[in-house]
Amino acid sequence: MGRRLLGAAVSLLVASVLIFIGTSVLPGNAASVVLGRGATPAAVQKLEQQMHLNKPLTTQYTNWLGGFVHGDLGDSSIGLAQGQKHAPVWALISDPVKNSLILALITALFMIPLSLGLGALAAVYAGRPADHAISIMSLAAIALPEFVIGSLLVGVFFVWLDVLPPVAIIPPGQSPLSDPTKLILPVATLLLASLAAGIRMVRAGMVETLQAEYVMAARLNGLSERWVLWRYAMRNALAPSVQVLAQNLQWLIGGIIITETVFAYPGLGSLLVTAVGNRDLGVVQSVAMLIAVVYVMLNLVADLIVLLLVPKLREPA
Amino acid sequence: MTGRLRFMRSFSGAVGVTIVVFVVAVAIFGRYVAPYDPNVPVTVPLAPPSSHYWLGTDFLGRDVFSRLLYGGRSVITLAALATGLGYLIGMSVGLIAGFSRSRIDPVLMRSVDVMLAFPPLLFLLVLISGAGTGVEVLVIGVAVIQAPGISRIVRTATLEVSVRGYVEAAIARGERSYAVIVREVLPNIMAPVLVDSGLRFTYSILIIASVNFLGLGLQPPASDWALMISDNRQYIAIQAWAVLAPAAMIALLTIGINLTGDAIARSLGRSYVPKTARSAVI
Repeated sequence: MGRRLLGAAVSLLVASVLIFIGTSVLPGNAASVVLGRGATPAAVQKLEQQMHLNKPLTTQYTNWLGGFVHGDLGDSSIGLAQGQKHAPVWALISDPVKNSLILALITALFMIPLSLGLGALAAVYAGRPADHAISIMSLAAIALPEFVIGSLLVGVFFVWLDVLPPVAIIPPGQSPLSDPTKLILPVATLLLASLAAGIRMVRAGMVETLQAEYVMAARLNGLSERWVLWRYAMRNALAPSVQVLAQNLQWLIGGIIITETVFAYPGLGSLLVTAVGNRDLGVVQSVAMLIAVVYVMLNLVADLIVLLLVPKLREPA
Repeated sequence: MTGRLRFMRSFSGAVGVTIVVFVVAVAIFGRYVAPYDPNVPVTVPLAPPSSHYWLGTDFLGRDVFSRLLYGGRSVITLAALATGLGYLIGMSVGLIAGFSRSRIDPVLMRSVDVMLAFPPLLFLLVLISGAGTGVEVLVIGVAVIQAPGISRIVRTATLEVSVRGYVEAAIARGERSYAVIVREVLPNIMAPVLVDSGLRFTYSILIIASVNFLGLGLQPPASDWALMISDNRQYIAIQAWAVLAPAAMIALLTIGINLTGDAIARSLGRSYVPKTARSAVI
C-alpha cells in the first residue's frame, strides 16, 4: 500500500511539473499573451508583477504548488489583466465544481450497475444473439467522440422529437437539479461514451470466470444457475471490474470536459475550455491540477477496493 | 495475401473495410467533385436542402455538401501524422528500453507509467494553453499522448525477441546494436506492435476531432468536420443537416476503423483481447 501511495504522490508531482511547464515555459511572455497584442509595456510590466513572472521559474513553481497544497489556487490571469486587484480562482470555480460533481455522480450512478449488468448478461449469453447485439452496439458507441454522440442525440431528441432541451444552461447560483430534464441529454451522452468500454471489459472478465473450475464444480454440485452466477462468478469477476470502473470514471473526466461544452453546461470542464481559449493561465494551471488530483485519487481508491476484495493481492507487510 | 486478408471474411471486417474505404475516398477525392467553393457563401444562410444545395447551407450561407467533401482530409491527415510520429517516438523508446538490459529500462518504463497516469485530453489542453492553437501543437501533442502506450508494447515484444537464437547469434557475430535492432529485432516485433495501430489511429481521430470541436485546434474558415459541427450547432433547430452530416461522417469513419481493427485482432486468433480505441491509449 505504501508503494501505491508513493506512486500516486510521484504522479501528482510530475503532473504539477508538466502543467507548470506547459503553461509557463511558452515562447514569448505570458503577461503579453494574456493581455493580447495591443498592450502597453507598462501594463505588461504591471501584470508581470501581479502574476509573479518577474521571479525565477523555480520560485514561481514552488509558490504555486505550495499555495495549491494549502488550498490557495491563485488568481485568474484574465481577472488581473482586467485591472482587478485580486481575482481568486476559487471564487470562479466553486459553482462549476458543484455542477460537474452533480453531473459526474448522476452518470456514475447509472453507469456502474448498467455496465456490470449488461457485461454479465453478454457473458452469460456469450455467442448468442443477445451477446452479439450488446457487443456490436458497444463497439459502435465506443468509437464515437462525445461531441458526435451529443450532436446526434440533440438531432433526435430536440430537432426530430422535440422532447428534450438541446442545451443545459444553468443560471448562476441555481442548482442543476432544479430542472432535471436539462441533465438527461448530457448524462445520456456520457453514458453512451463510457458505458461501452465497461461492458466489454466486464464481459471479458466474466467469460473467463465462468470457465473456471470452481464454477464448473458448483454447477456439477447441482447449484442453481442463478446461485452460481451471483455467488460464485460475479464475486470473482468483481475485482477486475472495480479497476475497469475506475478507468471508466477516469474516461468520464475527459468526457465531461467535452460534454459540458456541447451542452453549454456551466461546469469545471467548460470553464477549463474557455480558460484555455482565453489563455487564462492562472485558471488553467489550477483547474488542470485539480482534475489531475481527482484522476490519480480514483486510481488509488480503485486499488484499495481491489485489495479489500482480493486478499491474495495484499503485499506482505 | 489470402492469409493476411483473412479478417475480410468476417462480416464485421468486410463492413468495416467498406466503410473506411468509402469515407477515406470522400475525404481525399471529394474536393474534386465538390460543386461549390467551400469558403464562399452561395446563397442565404441556413437554407434547407434543395436540388442546388443538397445539404442546404451553413450559418454563413456556404454550401454544406461542398464543405463536407472538403472537410475530411484535415482530420485524417493530422491523425495519421500524429499516430505515425507517436509510433516513431514510442518504438524508439520501447526498443531502447527492451534491448538495453541496463538501468535505462526501468527509468524509461517508470516515466511511461507516470505519463500514462495523466489524463490525455487534459495534457493536450494544458499544452495548447501554453503553446497556442496550431496544427503542429496538435500533432506533437497527440503523438506524445500515444507514445507511452506504444513504447510499452514495443518493449514487451523486444524483450521476448531479444533472447531468441538469431538475435544472440547476431550479437555473437559482433554486429553493432543498431544493426541488430534494425535487422533482427524490428522485423520480428512488427506484427504484435502494429496489431492495434488501427485503434490508435481511431483514438488520434477522436481526440483531434474533439479538440477541433472545442475550437482549440484548426481555426475557421477551415472546412473540417468537427469544426463544422461546432460552428453550426447553435442553429441545429433551423438547419440540422449542417451538424448531422459531418457528425455522421466522423461516426462512420471511427466505427469503420474500429470494426476493421476488431476483425483483424480476432482473425489473428491469439489470446489477444480486442482493445478499444480508448483503452488502447490509457
